[in-house]
Amino acid sequence: MKNYFSKNKDTLITLGIVAFAYVIIEIMVKQGAISSLFKGLLVPLCAYVILAVSLNLTVGILGELSLGHAGFMCIGAFTSAFFSKLTVGVINPDWLRFVFAILIGFVFAGLFGFLIGMPVLRLKGDYLAIVTLAFGEIIKNLMNVLYVGRDSKGLHVSIKDAVSLGLEDDGQILINGAQGITGTPKDSTFTAGFILIMISLIIILNFIKSREGRAVMAIRDNVIAAESVGINVTRYKLLAFSLSAALAGVAGVLYSHNLNSLMATTKNFGYNMSIMILVFVVLGGIGSIRGSVISAVILTLLPELLRGLSTYRMLIYAIVLIAMMLFNWAPSARAFRARIIAKLPFGAKKALNEEV
Amino acid sequence: MKKLTKLTSVVLSAMLAVSMLAGCGDTASTSAPAANSTDNSAEASAPAASGDAKTFKIGAIGPFTGDAAIYGLAVKNGADIAVKEINLAGGINGYQIEYNSQDDELDNEKSVNAYNALKDWGMQVLVGSTTSGCSIAVSAESSADNMFQLTPSGSAADCIATDNAFQVCFNDPNQGVASAQYIGTTGLATKVAVIYNSQDPYSSGIYAKFAKEAENQPFEIVSAEAFTSDSKTDFSVQLQKANDKGAELVFLPIYYQEASLILTQASSAGYSFKFFGCDGLDGILGVDNFNKDLAEGVMLLTPFAADATDERTQAFVKNYQSNYGEIPNQFAADAYDAVYIIKAAIEAAGATPDMSVSDLCDAMKAQMSQISVDGLTGLSMTWDAQGAVNKAPKAMEIKNGEYSLIQ
Repeated sequence: MKNYFSKNKDTLITLGIVAFAYVIIEIMVKQGAISSLFKGLLVPLCAYVILAVSLNLTVGILGELSLGHAGFMCIGAFTSAFFSKLTVGVINPDWLRFVFAILIGFVFAGLFGFLIGMPVLRLKGDYLAIVTLAFGEIIKNLMNVLYVGRDSKGLHVSIKDAVSLGLEDDGQILINGAQGITGTPKDSTFTAGFILIMISLIIILNFIKSREGRAVMAIRDNVIAAESVGINVTRYKLLAFSLSAALAGVAGVLYSHNLNSLMATTKNFGYNMSIMILVFVVLGGIGSIRGSVISAVILTLLPELLRGLSTYRMLIYAIVLIAMMLFNWAPSARAFRARIIAKLPFGAKKALNEEV
Repeated sequence: MKKLTKLTSVVLSAMLAVSMLAGCGDTASTSAPAANSTDNSAEASAPAASGDAKTFKIGAIGPFTGDAAIYGLAVKNGADIAVKEINLAGGINGYQIEYNSQDDELDNEKSVNAYNALKDWGMQVLVGSTTSGCSIAVSAESSADNMFQLTPSGSAADCIATDNAFQVCFNDPNQGVASAQYIGTTGLATKVAVIYNSQDPYSSGIYAKFAKEAENQPFEIVSAEAFTSDSKTDFSVQLQKANDKGAELVFLPIYYQEASLILTQASSAGYSFKFFGCDGLDGILGVDNFNKDLAEGVMLLTPFAADATDERTQAFVKNYQSNYGEIPNQFAADAYDAVYIIKAAIEAAGATPDMSVSDLCDAMKAQMSQISVDGLTGLSMTWDAQGAVNKAPKAMEIKNGEYSLIQ
C-alpha cells in the first residue's frame, strides 16, 4: 500500500489539488460567499481544464502539434446537445440523460479523432499542425450548414436552409444551421464538471504511466528507435490522438449543456479556441498535466477579473499573457526564480534538484 | 525534507487559490466593488453617493471588442445618452439611474459572464444583449433570476421565448412577412432573388419567413443564395445566379456593409436589378467610399433613419455626434428607446428602486402590454403578450441620395 502511494505520488498530488479546490469552492458556494460572475464561470472552468489536459496528451505526450482541438470539442458539444434536445422529457431522470449525453460526446469525438487521425498522423510537425487546423475549420463549417428538424413524420435533414426541411406546421427545428441549437437543457453542474475533471485526470495520468503511454513517449522521443524495438507507431499515435479527441468531446458536452444557445462560431469552436487551448498547454508547461490545470484556470479567470478595466480589458489581458509567458519560460526568468527559491529556507534543496 | 517542500507547495497553491476566490468574493451584498465604481463614474452620470438602493441600476451588454463592436458600442452609447437625459430631467419616479455596460465579445458564453458581472454590480433591469445569439443565452439566465430584460436589437423570435424578455426592434418573422406582402401587393416584381447571410439569425430568420409568405404572393423566388460571415466580400457568384434565373428584384435581408458591396458589384457587372431590403440596410448611405448613386431606387423597410426631420431624432443625432463623433445607426436608436421604454414601464408600475429584482420584473411585466411609448424607432409602440413589439414599419426609398418615405 505504501508502495502504491510513493509510486503514484505525483498523480495523487494533482488529484488532491483539484479535490481540495472543489471542496473549498463548494463550501464558499454553500455559504454564499461567492459572486454570481464566479459562480457562472465554474462550469466553463471545468470544461477548459479538461480541454487543456486532453490537448496536453497530444502536444506533450505524443509530441505532435494539433491546432484543431476545438473541432473535437465542437463535435462533442453538438452531438450531445442534439441528443439531449431529442430526448428531453423522454429519458428521465435528468442526470441519466446527461450521463448518456456525456458518453455520446465522448464516443463521437473519439470516433472523429480516429477517422481524422488516420490520414493526418502520417504527417509530422508543422504539416500536421496545418492539417489539423483545416480539419477543425471543416468541422465548424459543417455544423454551420446543417439543418435538422423533427415533426410527426420523423427527422428531416438538409444542408441548404431551414425552409427546405419541409417541416409540418407543428414541426420543431432542432439544429438551425449557423444559429445552432437553442434550448439545450442546462444539465451541467459544477459537481458534474469536477467529477469529469477527476475522471479525465485519472485516465490521462494512468495512460501516461501505462505500457501504452511509455510506448507513445518513446515514439515522441525517437520514432526510428521506437520502431526498431517493435512498437507499432501508427497504432499508438492513433490511440493517444483519439483519446485526446474523445476527452475534448466531453469538455464540449459540459460546455453545450451550460448554455441555452449553442452556435459554432470562430470564437468558440474555431481556430481562436484551438489556439487558446494550446496557450493553456504551453503556459502550463508542455507535458505537465498539473500545469495545464492551473494555467487553464488562471487564463479563463483573468479576462473576467479584468472587467473593471472596461475597454482596456483585452489589451491588458494580452500584456499579462506575454508577461506570464516570459516569467514562466524565459531562461533568464527561470534562473532568477531559481535564485530566489534558493534564498528561501525551505527552497534550497528544491532549487538544487531543479538545477540538476 | 522533500516531503516538506511538496507539502508546502500544495499548501501555498491552495492558499493562492483561496485568495483568488476571495478576490472575487461576495460583492452583491455590499455596494459596487471598487473597480466597477470607478468604471461607472466615467460612464454614467449618476451621482456618486449611491451605496444604498436609491437609484435604478440599468445594465447593458454588447460586443464592444471584435468584429461586431460597431453594434455593441452603438447600443452602449445610445443607452448612455438616454440615461443622461433622463437623469438631467429628474430621473424615473424621482430616482436617478445608474448605468453600467459590459463586453460580451459576441460570444454566448461571455455574454452570460457579462450578465453575471452586472448582477454582481447590482443590476435591476437589463438592456441587452445586442445580438440575437447572446440575447438567447442570457435570457435563460435572466429568466431563472426573473430579471426584466429588454433587448434593443436581438431580433430572433427565440430572444423573447421567456416571459421576462421583450424586444425593441421588429422581430425577424414580422419583417420577412411584411416585406413579402409589400413586394406582392405593390407588384414590384414577379421574379425575385434573395441573397442572405446564413450565419446571422437576423438574416436567415427574415429569409425563412419571407420564403414562406412568398408562396401566397404573386411572385416567385428564383434563386436564394447564402453567404457566411467568413465569405462576405465577393458576391459575384450570387449575383450571376440571380441574373441567369432572370430575377428582376433582389431581396437583401442583410446589413448595409455587405449590401453596399453587392450594389457596387452588381453595377460593375452591368446588372440592373431593383433592390429591396429591411432595417439592416439603414445606414447604407453612410458607408465610406460608397457611390451613393448606386443606391438610387433602393427600397427598405426600416424603423429609424438618422436624417428624419422630427425634432427628437434630430436632437438625438446631434447629441450622439457631439459625444461620439459619428452618426448613430439603428442600434443606437433602439437602445435609446429601450431606456425610455423601461422608464415608461417603471413609471406605469409606480415601482421604486428598493423593490427586489424579481418584484420589479413582475411589476414591469404586467405593465408592458398596457403601455404605449413614442420613440425614435416608431410612434406608439405597444407589446403583445409574447414580448414582441408592435410598430408600423416605414417603407423608404432612396431618392436623390436621401431616404424618403414612400406614402
